[in-house]
Amino acid sequence: MTKLTVHKIGPGASVQDLGRRGWLSQGLSRGGAADRLALLEGAALLEQSPDLAALELSAMGGSFTVDAPTRIALTGAPMRASLDGEPLRWSASHLVKPGQTLALGPATSGVWSYLSVGGGIDTAPILGSRAAHLALGLGPKLETGTELPMGKDKGGPVEQILEVSDRFKGGDIRILPSTHTALFAREDLERFTETTFTRDQRGNRQGVRLKHDGAPFATRDQLGLVSEVIVPGDIQMTGEGTPYILLPECQTTGGYPRIGSVLPVDLPKAAQAAPGAKLRFAFVDRDAALAAHQSEDAQLTALKKAVRPLVRDPAKMRDLLSYQLISGVTAGRPETGDTQ
Amino acid sequence: MSLPDTLFDRSDPPRLTPLGLDGMLITFSDRMDDAANRAALAFRDRIDAEGWPGLRETATSLCSAYVSFDPATLPPADLQARLREILADRDWLAADLPANRTLWTVPASFEGDHAPQLADAAELAGLSVEAAVREICARPLRALALGYAPGQAYLGQMDDHWDLARQKDLTPTVKEGAVVTAVRQLIIFATSGPTGWRQVGMTRFKAFRPDDSDRPIAFAPGDEVQLRAVSADELERLAEKPLAGATHEAIR
Repeated sequence: MTKLTVHKIGPGASVQDLGRRGWLSQGLSRGGAADRLALLEGAALLEQSPDLAALELSAMGGSFTVDAPTRIALTGAPMRASLDGEPLRWSASHLVKPGQTLALGPATSGVWSYLSVGGGIDTAPILGSRAAHLALGLGPKLETGTELPMGKDKGGPVEQILEVSDRFKGGDIRILPSTHTALFAREDLERFTETTFTRDQRGNRQGVRLKHDGAPFATRDQLGLVSEVIVPGDIQMTGEGTPYILLPECQTTGGYPRIGSVLPVDLPKAAQAAPGAKLRFAFVDRDAALAAHQSEDAQLTALKKAVRPLVRDPAKMRDLLSYQLISGVTAGRPETGDTQ
Repeated sequence: MSLPDTLFDRSDPPRLTPLGLDGMLITFSDRMDDAANRAALAFRDRIDAEGWPGLRETATSLCSAYVSFDPATLPPADLQARLREILADRDWLAADLPANRTLWTVPASFEGDHAPQLADAAELAGLSVEAAVREICARPLRALALGYAPGQAYLGQMDDHWDLARQKDLTPTVKEGAVVTAVRQLIIFATSGPTGWRQVGMTRFKAFRPDDSDRPIAFAPGDEVQLRAVSADELERLAEKPLAGATHEAIR
């Protein structure tokens, strides 16, 4: 079995897939990638199943080697990326050979970046998924020296690219009502949609905190609410009236009021808003939400069609790439396996 | 901007509430109520039996059933119509509990350090310590809902005099297996963590066992759990046994 070796890795990195369904009623949330679209993009670039696991990296990234030629795809929050010091394009697939060092990070925007490999990360599934659940301690701990098994790659092209829309800087997020929307006063709901929120420093795979100027948001009698099912994308008000956007490792039930729920197609953008990014929320009607909706199968089909070969003039390639990434990677100085 | 009036729709239960684009709640009561819990369990069981294409997952919380669905396959309006039809089918508050539930018997110690707030809780319930332990172990309690951690069941309902308010100050941490009580319910902690509930006993039971491929999460909503009082020594002896001495059988 081939291995991906971790030489350096930032905090908050983990093995992720699309998560586990079927355990909600027993208190285990779906989990899985914080930016599910990025996993689909990786699957499209490598022409493989979206169910295979990848590495989810937080802003700092990491460095990696392989013990056999390995196809990789880099998706999600764009990072500086290089192979033995040679800049690599993001949202693209590449070939990494044994002896080469893949250095990723830091992210140039966004929060969650993904390193997919041909054949997928082949750690042991737990409750039907390889997705680490950091809050529960599920999944391997990633540190210097960790060797991750990779599944057998059925093979396919490399040097493929995807043009992706920039979902890594916050912006407008569409929402629908959630459990407690009707309990908020009309003026508070209006104020919510007119407020520009800033993604706070505090955030993890359970949820991200938003801050805003102005009064807190609360419902009548909110201490007496009966606990209800929670799903990722719900926007929950804490006791102090501060919104959190809930992410894959959120709890499965809770009694804090939820003012709305992010459309599944907008959730990657909400999750990828880095600290300091601005977010605004707009209620849309159900028909508009349905029109905007794409199942993950449909998303994957569309992504596969959008994959293009990386076209380049070999004579000019080096100059061109270093020009584009002039503030990026230091060429010719491969990362060594030093720890941080 | 003006918001549509539909955002403020909230009729009395039973009520359908969309939870985002791909979820639907069926709420039977806005306050904890045993009949509503039974209704939620029975209603979920019925939805599972329907097995509509596009149905992804169902669950229950204290007084609601929840349906997760793929809106591309099962349009929300269709789902709502089907759910309304089933709601109208019968009086769900009078429905029987579903079949295929499990009765668990879990050994628990109520001695010494295992029960730091037992005396306190007993006094608040107007009972002697002995009577309190007797009542805690007297009958199976239903897993009304699970949450907070995988396998953590909210067991109830106990009699009215156990309607104890949460403590003002949180206990910074109780250990996995701890038995805590408040609001006519018991919890066997499935993790260690802070709680506002009072710790009245201790088990060695692991409700979340991710390495057990057979039954990684012990309890499911609707299961019945009865505590069996054992000495502190016996609890440690049983800790070595499979399921820490707990037994289970199907409820017929």
